[in-house]
Amino acid sequence: MSTTDETRAATETREAQQARERETTEGTVYTVTGGDWDTLIDSEHDDRIVINMGPQHPSTHGVLRLVLELEGETVTQGRTVIGYLHTGIEKNCEYRTWTQGVTFVTRMDYLAPLFNEAAYCLGVEKLLGVEVPRRAQHIRVLLMELNRIGSHLVCLATGGMELGALTGMTAGFREREEVLHLLEYLTGLRMNHAFIRPGGLSQDLPEDWKEKVTDFVAVMKSRMPDYDKLLTGQPIWRQRLEGVGYLPVDGCLALGATGPILRSAGLPWDQRKVEPYSGYEEYDFEVPTATEADCYARYRLRVEEIHESLKIVEQAVRKIEPGPVMVEDRKIAWPAQLSIGSDGMGNTLEHVRKIMGQSMESLIHHFKLVTEGFHVPAGQVYQSVESPRGELGYHLVSDGGTRPVRVHVRDPSFVNLQCMPAMSEGGMVADVIAAVASIDPVMGGVDR
Amino acid sequence: MSEPTGTSKDAQEPTGGAQSSAEASGPATAEQRTRGGERPASGEVEQAADDAGSTVEGGTRQAATRERSGMFGVRGSGDTSGFGGLRLPGYAPAPAERPYGGWFDELADDLGEALDERSVPRSAIEQVTVDRGEITFYVERDRVLELARILRDDPNLRFELCSGVSGVDYSAPDGAPVTRPMHVVYHLLSMTYRRRIRLEVALDFEDPHVPSVVEVYPTADWHERETWDMFGVIFDGHPALTRILMPDDWEGHPQRKSYPLGGIPVEYKGAEIPPPDQRRAYS
Repeated sequence: MSTTDETRAATETREAQQARERETTEGTVYTVTGGDWDTLIDSEHDDRIVINMGPQHPSTHGVLRLVLELEGETVTQGRTVIGYLHTGIEKNCEYRTWTQGVTFVTRMDYLAPLFNEAAYCLGVEKLLGVEVPRRAQHIRVLLMELNRIGSHLVCLATGGMELGALTGMTAGFREREEVLHLLEYLTGLRMNHAFIRPGGLSQDLPEDWKEKVTDFVAVMKSRMPDYDKLLTGQPIWRQRLEGVGYLPVDGCLALGATGPILRSAGLPWDQRKVEPYSGYEEYDFEVPTATEADCYARYRLRVEEIHESLKIVEQAVRKIEPGPVMVEDRKIAWPAQLSIGSDGMGNTLEHVRKIMGQSMESLIHHFKLVTEGFHVPAGQVYQSVESPRGELGYHLVSDGGTRPVRVHVRDPSFVNLQCMPAMSEGGMVADVIAAVASIDPVMGGVDR
Repeated sequence: MSEPTGTSKDAQEPTGGAQSSAEASGPATAEQRTRGGERPASGEVEQAADDAGSTVEGGTRQAATRERSGMFGVRGSGDTSGFGGLRLPGYAPAPAERPYGGWFDELADDLGEALDERSVPRSAIEQVTVDRGEITFYVERDRVLELARILRDDPNLRFELCSGVSGVDYSAPDGAPVTRPMHVVYHLLSMTYRRRIRLEVALDFEDPHVPSVVEVYPTADWHERETWDMFGVIFDGHPALTRILMPDDWEGHPQRKSYPLGGIPVEYKGAEIPPPDQRRAYS
């Protein structure tokens, strides 16, 4: 390389000199022209290059930036740079009432919004010391499992796309669309539902929800075998994933990895089983595990988890019985019974008629509860649920007021993403993509 | 987390009284291992509480009063009802008394023994609080790393997984003095025994140093970076304590209570809606 250096120095043109940084009245201007790798590489390590991947890159799941140091095509060091999607949700929650917080947290991990809502609300309910009605609990389970199916389908779809299996993407997004249609029908919104509320649910399910859910399960059951045909047994897919992104169980524990990553290493740790919440102890389902601890095992686990979720959904349909979906306590439950009107969702006409025409006290109560919110007794709790990506934990602190002192989210994507270097250093560049896809980070959750 | 029965669903007016938050010990006590005279924390607790006697709430570790502003956002003068001058007592978690209930006693005994074995003074744990089925150990700052190692390695404890490290700023909204308002919170999980505990360290903003636990729990790396970024807590011994969510050249630590939320007023149908942190506060 030394000859190149000399030639480069000799032939450096006036333009190239100008292309370096220069001072202007507006400050320093840097001009990046490229072609200067040999100035960055020392003479002993000719092949060592540092590449910057992302933050805008189709295979980095949003705005994740990877800085990779390469020797040829081997990754010697990987660094993860995050923060491009930081929106200050935790800080914002401190300036809103406990109920309003739901609309914020649902936007964190945007592929698993209902898990965020459920975990947050379970935490608030633990602080309040209330238990939500049985119907609301099982509807939460139903919604979370539908959401898990959708989230895993996106993982298969984007993971397939990143590894070149474009049909996997179209198939995955097609099925996920079914999930979103169903969730829209059940909750009113495709994503960021804000449907689960401290104390229960914002409203009951529509009348013919059972038929819709049953139809969806039938459709999914007919389509799931396609994934086995398309991906599971496909030689290219297996060769891209098998033995790649290896992270054994001790590495998982040290790095805090949970969810499919931990279960692919052989530890059957699932919050739904070990610390049941929202009535999961009544459901009959398996926790699939593998021992290979590689990307292929994680892929297989996600497919199996979709099957298990469908089982839970079927059971939930049978378990959900008529009843209230909100706690009795009128100091917590929002007074309005929401309904769909000609101009969208809002208060029922009966409620508006009552508070505007008949009962001054109802109006005051409505106003106070909606603007001021309810008081949450002082204290702190940690509530975790098993999200599609692992342990989603909420640390909530109250000082007795109507707004949180602190809402901290232990997002599984944030923690699991730390495994990227351990999974991919020493491997090929192409395997970094497979490893990141198998972590399945959602940057909205990582950066919050 | 469903086993502990002796929790304080009803201890909901934490005015700093000597209310035991573990009163309903009930039948669970029969199966607990009782070891005569071993009270690893409660003795030291009172002592520690006395040391920190300069708090707002007499004798409690940290307490932040909440100013109750008037119903219509009136501050200062202009209030004739007296309603705007209300000051609510600050929140100070009450120390729990033996028996804690459930597995908490067994855990506290095991932890006490493990501390003795490694000749760590038991005063490393300043206070134990049991609330809502969760146990919190308020620990001395300089002992965090040792404690984390003991909690991870002791065969009776085995907290293999660190769920997270984060901060809580307990500064009073009305500016009342609070002793050591900056708390660093560690959530530990024992997969062997299926237990969760919380460690909490209280700091001053003038001296926000705490030993890093990265060498015991490598997962704490990003958590500690985030806590530094958001609260300005310096984790001594961290391999690379840099900002993680905010830009590298950012000034200030956004999640401190002294840091404003920011925002601009929004006009909607002719009315001006102030930014969220300048709207009426009702609490």
